[in-house]
Amino acid sequence: MMSATTVFGLCAAAAVGLGLYGLIADPQPLRKILAFNLLGSGVFLFFGVVARRGAAAGFGGDPVPQALVITGIVVAFSATALAVALLLRLFEATGSATLHATQTGAGTDPTEP
Amino acid sequence: MSFALDILTITAVSAGAFFFLAGTVGLLRFPDALTRLHALTKADNLGLGLVVLGLLPQAGSLRGGLKLICVWLLVLLAGATVSQLIARAALASTASGQRGNPL
Amino acid sequence: MTIAAALEIALAVLVLGMAAWTIAARETFAAVVGFVAYGLLLALVWVRLEAVDVALTEAAIGGLSGILLVGAAARLRTSGTPAVAESPDGMLRVAAAVLAAIVAAALAAGVLALPDPAPTLAPAVAANIAATGLGNPVTGVLMAFRAMDTLLEKVVLLLALVGVWSLAPDRVWGGRPGPRHQADPLGVLAFLARLLPPVGIVVGIYIFWVGADHPGGAFQGGTILAAMWLLVMTAGLTDAPPVRLRWLRLVLIAGPAVFLVVGLAGLWLGDGFLSYPIAYAKPLIVTIEVAMTLTIAVTLGLLLAGAPERSA
Repeated sequence: MMSATTVFGLCAAAAVGLGLYGLIADPQPLRKILAFNLLGSGVFLFFGVVARRGAAAGFGGDPVPQALVITGIVVAFSATALAVALLLRLFEATGSATLHATQTGAGTDPTEP
Repeated sequence: MSFALDILTITAVSAGAFFFLAGTVGLLRFPDALTRLHALTKADNLGLGLVVLGLLPQAGSLRGGLKLICVWLLVLLAGATVSQLIARAALASTASGQRGNPL
Repeated sequence: MTIAAALEIALAVLVLGMAAWTIAARETFAAVVGFVAYGLLLALVWVRLEAVDVALTEAAIGGLSGILLVGAAARLRTSGTPAVAESPDGMLRVAAAVLAAIVAAALAAGVLALPDPAPTLAPAVAANIAATGLGNPVTGVLMAFRAMDTLLEKVVLLLALVGVWSLAPDRVWGGRPGPRHQADPLGVLAFLARLLPPVGIVVGIYIFWVGADHPGGAFQGGTILAAMWLLVMTAGLTDAPPVRLRWLRLVLIAGPAVFLVVGLAGLWLGDGFLSYPIAYAKPLIVTIEVAMTLTIAVTLGLLLAGAPERSA
């Protein structure tokens, strides 16, 4: 009953839950980015479980969800890179990496060079 | 003959796993960065070497065995370099009297 | 319970433990290290799910993400204190936990309710893979059956890079990304950066080439090439190129451009956009993959280098 796919499927569900909690509850933007990646990897794991269950015609798994996951991993990485670049620019421009505008005070203008 | 090779695999991989365990215990129990690095690199290089040695009879072809040895050599190279860099950073930060560095 | 099942349960518990550590760790640096370890363990999970191509991609891109996040955590280390002071109150945490638990429970119920026998496209792929001349079904899906997705993904990578470049301050617009790295030219890092890239380039090209018939492919190979370039830049042996260079931009659009040209040629020579004429399917796919690997390597390397910070 506890086959590989069930175990990893439940693992995927737990990873999505943990990622969602971290995304909402942690105030630091970098931790939110980490939690978002965790959420994404849980979803990809879910795809992987579906792919494994579709093993047929001599393949170990259904190749279509696997290809979708490969695409998804690369796209998620590029989104993370953009998010980190935004965060570093925010830190450079305002001196602190927080999403609350009132924390920084001293009229910093993010568009100044 | 293949039974003897299987015994070799089991003993070598178990010995390698023991070294990994020893390295992890050292990582958790040693007091500072330099001693932890010592535990990690000694254990992981020897541990991975024993695991690779144990997997060589199962590799199936000469090319597969050479690939396994390449994996071990590359991990040795990366591990040695990274532990040197971490050790220098840890030494520099304790020399400058930093407290609470993340290492 | 078989040994394999016990191994899988142990692996799943480890993976969840690392995920929980990533969320719960106090220091951001520790959380990032935990996340990198989580990614590597996840690669093992992918191997257990018989998805070796995905395991290779997860290990390679997980490593790159690790570099990105560790670098960001190091630069942001001084900003940790004011952000912690604004920890959300208990009610928000409880509400977030309840929501997360509901979503996880719904997904778990979905996992347990998956249809049996499972619907699958594997027979359709097996029936049509011979026409593409490829032996690896995942590469066949990526490059032939779902080629549109791959083309759009290349464009998304480029858009992300344009987004990162647009964050440059006005005075360094089009300049060199990242700080100038200086390492002792006789030191250990420079030694590694001289010794490893030849090996890494061979491994990267091999993984891309062998992806036609065995697990591998353009993404995995391109990621390894990008990692070698980043190693050489980090050791200070070469500097990041200024982003306004024409040859750099030509290399970046080479991948999607070749893909698009072949796709449009399919309108004349084949049955429609992105259909390959049967006789030339494999050579066309390999040509697209060569351009893609080069573009992916340069794009990922530049995404990691970040926004321009120095004028050229």
